[in-house]
Amino acid sequence: MANPRTFQIQEISAHPGPVPGRGTRREEQVCKYIDVSTCIGCKACEVACVEWNDHPFRETTFNDTYQTMPTTEWNYYNLIKFAEDERDGNLMWLLRKDQCMHCEDPGCLRACPADGAIIKYENGIVDFQQENCIGCGYCISGCPFDIPKFHPNTKKVYKCTLCSDRVGQGLEPACIKACPTGCLKFGTKSDMVQIAGLRAKQLREVSGFADAGVYDPPSIGGTHVIYVLHDIKRPERYGLPANPIIPPSYTYWKWIAKPTGLLLGLLGIGAVFFHRVFYGPKLPNPEVREVRTGPRDEIEAGREERP
Amino acid sequence: MSATDFDEKARGEFARIGTTRVRRGELLRHPVYTRFLHWSVAIFFILSLLTGFAIYSPWLFHWITPLFGGGPRTRLLHPWFGLLFTIFFFFQFLNWVGPMAWTEADRRWTKRLRHYATNEEGRESEDVGFFNGGQKLYFWAIVVSGILFLITGIIMWFDNVFGRWAVAVSYVIHDIAALVMLAGFIIHVYEGTAHQPGTFRSMMDGTVTEEWADTHHPAWYRTATDSRREARKTEE
Repeated sequence: MANPRTFQIQEISAHPGPVPGRGTRREEQVCKYIDVSTCIGCKACEVACVEWNDHPFRETTFNDTYQTMPTTEWNYYNLIKFAEDERDGNLMWLLRKDQCMHCEDPGCLRACPADGAIIKYENGIVDFQQENCIGCGYCISGCPFDIPKFHPNTKKVYKCTLCSDRVGQGLEPACIKACPTGCLKFGTKSDMVQIAGLRAKQLREVSGFADAGVYDPPSIGGTHVIYVLHDIKRPERYGLPANPIIPPSYTYWKWIAKPTGLLLGLLGIGAVFFHRVFYGPKLPNPEVREVRTGPRDEIEAGREERP
Repeated sequence: MSATDFDEKARGEFARIGTTRVRRGELLRHPVYTRFLHWSVAIFFILSLLTGFAIYSPWLFHWITPLFGGGPRTRLLHPWFGLLFTIFFFFQFLNWVGPMAWTEADRRWTKRLRHYATNEEGRESEDVGFFNGGQKLYFWAIVVSGILFLITGIIMWFDNVFGRWAVAVSYVIHDIAALVMLAGFIIHVYEGTAHQPGTFRSMMDGTVTEEWADTHHPAWYRTATDSRREARKTEE
């Protein structure tokens, strides 16, 4: 990807006044905005995702809901979850587009032991590099949103890329492009946060959802996919954790204790080598030799000699 | 059939298949069955160790994975190697649990550890039997870490059953057990080869020289030669 700033105008000959737009910096952080209140559950985003990523349609499991399948899969990154709830004694459908949240502090990346299997771009997209994946599945347990999925044939893990291949070319992700209601938007993080805040305010003040708010959990440094929810106080109703956290073992153990342990283990090899050099071998005691070959009373005598 | 009966029977069967030649001035230390178990455990331990290293620190041990057919295949094989290690070690446990019983002599041995480690004692103390305190410590460390390995390994193997927190905890315990085992393994290999000449053959050929037995395991040497001394006495 060419850096667009390379061709930003720096100086203009014989131009009176400052160079227009000089030093303008494009905001790098991207974000997907999902307004669950305007989602109609059409699943166009699901189809667009499957199309763009060239995934085959897979068999699904019917679990008595309108969901395409129970969870996202290794070849189904994007799934609208149909949670059934109640409001004023009536059924209320909570339609939430489920996919990778692209956390600012990604649990999958924290947990991954393989060099280069998970990367996070400057723009906030978290991307799996399957050629470096060893399929250990630690990322699955590191993720607070149950997103990475194991592929039984390639033995590697896959998830939503936020269409990093499209975004890199200046295009919006496929799901955004397909959305007919505009409940999905894509832009810079600050823009999306602002729009989400306005929409939540509108829901609170105009539409009668007193608890409407924006889901951008600070426990993982925020996410690059944010939701406008009718009820921010109970994100569990939508299947979102209220306080997503990464198991601390993936940070402390992995970065401090693990390399230390490994170093000590490898030092052990050097330690025994130098033990041999310093102290020499422990040879069978030669004084016993005569005792062995001698008659019985000498064996006894040999024993008594020793303290 | 009880566990000890099985062990006895297996010993007998293996003694029929394989042989241990005890020459003059030598003592039988490890029968065929014990050697078979030890090396089966060793092979799967080393395979688990290599594949485990490749998962523990791929950035450092990525050169190991091609030996097993790449990263994912290495990851796939690791639990099977571990399982086979556990199975063979289970039989080794039955085989050795008797002589590995912790005694007062072993407690005294651990107190002498410093002198033992610096080769100050040319000959082991009179009360050291078939296994010394260090060997027993290693054995019981493997028993404990083997159990931890098995439990945490199964949790990580079937991560979708046990959930992410169980996996996150298991992975730390599994690693700690591995580091304890690694430390023990390095010492074990060193003591069995470079540090104590004459020891390696006890596990390969099954025999040791009498000097070796008297130097490293005097109490065992005494009991092993007692019967012969008795026999000689009656001859006289």
